[in-house]
Amino acid sequence: MPPEPVPLVAVENLTKHFPILRGVLRRQVGSVRAVDGLDFAIHPRETLGLVGESGCGKSTVGRVILRLFTPTAGRVMFRGEDITALQGEALRKLRPHMQMIFQDPQDSLNPRMTVGSIVGEPLREHGVAAGAGLRERVESLLDAVGLDPAFANRYPHEFSGGQRQRIGVARALALNPEFVVCDEPIAALDVSIQAQVVNLLKELQERLGLTYLFISHDLRMVRHVADRVAVMYLGKIVELATSDALYEEPLHPYTRALLSAVPTHDPEREATRRRIILEGDVPSPAAPPPGCRFSTRCPVAVAECSERAPEWRTLRPGHQVACHLAE
Amino acid sequence: MTHYIIRRLLFAVPTLIAISFILFALLDLAPNDPTGQLPLTIPAEAREQIRESLGLGEAFHIRYAKWMEQFFVNEPLNLIERAFGVEIGASEERLRLRSWATRSPVVDLIIERLPQTLWVVGLSYLIGILIAIPIGIVSAYRQYSWFDQLGTFVSMIGFSVPTFFTGLLAIIVFSVTLQWLPSIYDTTHRVTDLSSFWVQIKQMAMPVMVLALFNAAQISRFMRAAVLDNLTQDYVRTARAKGLRERVVLFIHVLRNSLIPVVTLIALGIPTVFGGAIITEKIFRVNGIGELLITAIQGADIPLVQTLSFLFAVLIVLFNLVADVLYGILDPRIRYS
Repeated sequence: MPPEPVPLVAVENLTKHFPILRGVLRRQVGSVRAVDGLDFAIHPRETLGLVGESGCGKSTVGRVILRLFTPTAGRVMFRGEDITALQGEALRKLRPHMQMIFQDPQDSLNPRMTVGSIVGEPLREHGVAAGAGLRERVESLLDAVGLDPAFANRYPHEFSGGQRQRIGVARALALNPEFVVCDEPIAALDVSIQAQVVNLLKELQERLGLTYLFISHDLRMVRHVADRVAVMYLGKIVELATSDALYEEPLHPYTRALLSAVPTHDPEREATRRRIILEGDVPSPAAPPPGCRFSTRCPVAVAECSERAPEWRTLRPGHQVACHLAE
Repeated sequence: MTHYIIRRLLFAVPTLIAISFILFALLDLAPNDPTGQLPLTIPAEAREQIRESLGLGEAFHIRYAKWMEQFFVNEPLNLIERAFGVEIGASEERLRLRSWATRSPVVDLIIERLPQTLWVVGLSYLIGILIAIPIGIVSAYRQYSWFDQLGTFVSMIGFSVPTFFTGLLAIIVFSVTLQWLPSIYDTTHRVTDLSSFWVQIKQMAMPVMVLALFNAAQISRFMRAAVLDNLTQDYVRTARAKGLRERVVLFIHVLRNSLIPVVTLIALGIPTVFGGAIITEKIFRVNGIGELLITAIQGADIPLVQTLSFLFAVLIVLFNLVADVLYGILDPRIRYS
């Protein structure tokens, strides 16, 4: 990593609560604290992996950064500019620079549009290309993601899952974005196709100088693609480190539990792998436990954990963790 | 697609033959008598003679075969002759489907009544659609807003209050109290200039609006559900992420997908336009098809009832096919082969 680069994306105290409305008058009776006070930065040309189990708020983070949701509190900085309060036309002008690859390649493509118009629409709408130039650009995009440019006249349902995800990638890259949020881009794909799509993403990153936020629950895949990894639990980041450091020396008990669940391909190491089994369920994000959010399930929790929320500490250079006990 | 349509049309033939048989048999089994409304002083032998002259003396299968011949051969030939001014064979000898009550050919009666029905019921259907689609879109886009609540309330009224009530209410308000609109539809009125056109609009206003409220209630609910269904789809989020204008997201992406089921529903409803609106036509004295049918049923005018019911069946089968074909055209995921 280059020393002290200006981050492409930075969030400060990022928070997103969804109101819970009940009753005849639909009064707010509480809120789902999907994302609760995150601070992190993503540097140009790097891939930040974001891992965590289902429902921990990973996807919400991606959507809030892209301003598909408006944050409840905190700031989102993009290229040093505060984009938290952008609305309407100003926000629309920003869209070409940051894009998203969605999890479900089937549902995220309009079934009534041809692949050519799905990929070409943002170009036309933002006035980037039209007519023959548009067709050419669409064909080169399809070619870049490994699809036959002649497929432009077909509809999404005529493709396989892997091909559809390539369409999703082509669509996201159409406007030459600098920053792409990959929201579980491989979760809906076959294992054999997953590697293809991930390698395509890496190759495009090198070629086009892209910056990724790679959201996934597949820890091995994240290690393969990410430079740094953030681990999320119940709306908070519990640990953030470079990929190697995190996988070699996890500091947070939750990270350790997660990593212990990953099978290795080395039979000797696999034989000695000891799983840390967490007790109980993830608490409801509408009523998170006091103190450390992981305290209810933490195997090493002490009394302090359920009383006081742990601070966000830098224990090693570039390795941060939120745990009272980590050293 | 052509092959599909041809195959469906061929399949429609046995369906329609079965329907025609059931209709004929049902009406034959029904305990009604074409001489039932004649004065009681007519002696029994005379009644028998009248029935013989109407062809009721023949056996069931012979009458059915003759009706088939009249409906499928004679009347189409007559229509062709009339349309092109040619003569095919012995057109004078041909046995025509005649109404027992009026002795005039059934087809002539229908042609006479159809324009009123198409104007009043057809226009109400069209206005209903034009009102319903924007209401459905706005209601879904601003779900649970006051507009949506109001729309829900109005369509619940349109749904649940029958036209014989809204029709009479409209007459009391606009004809009796305010005296703005006539309560009786005058079929003999001819539109020749601007003032007579205005009279026509005024006499159509109430029946059209009463029926339009009823139609709009159904279609707007359907439209709202379709838009709501699509608004939460992932591709809408994709469209927003592309940085499209909200207008484009709603009117290009969401609306096109939402209209697929609605267009199909509208196509399926078209036969009811031809069928007329029996109650509304009766209330406002619009002498359309619905009126014709109810009079024929009351007078046991079996040829007329048979023919009208069978025509409705043909239209329903036909528009089912139209709806399926439209679905195939609008939704690229569906292909018929």
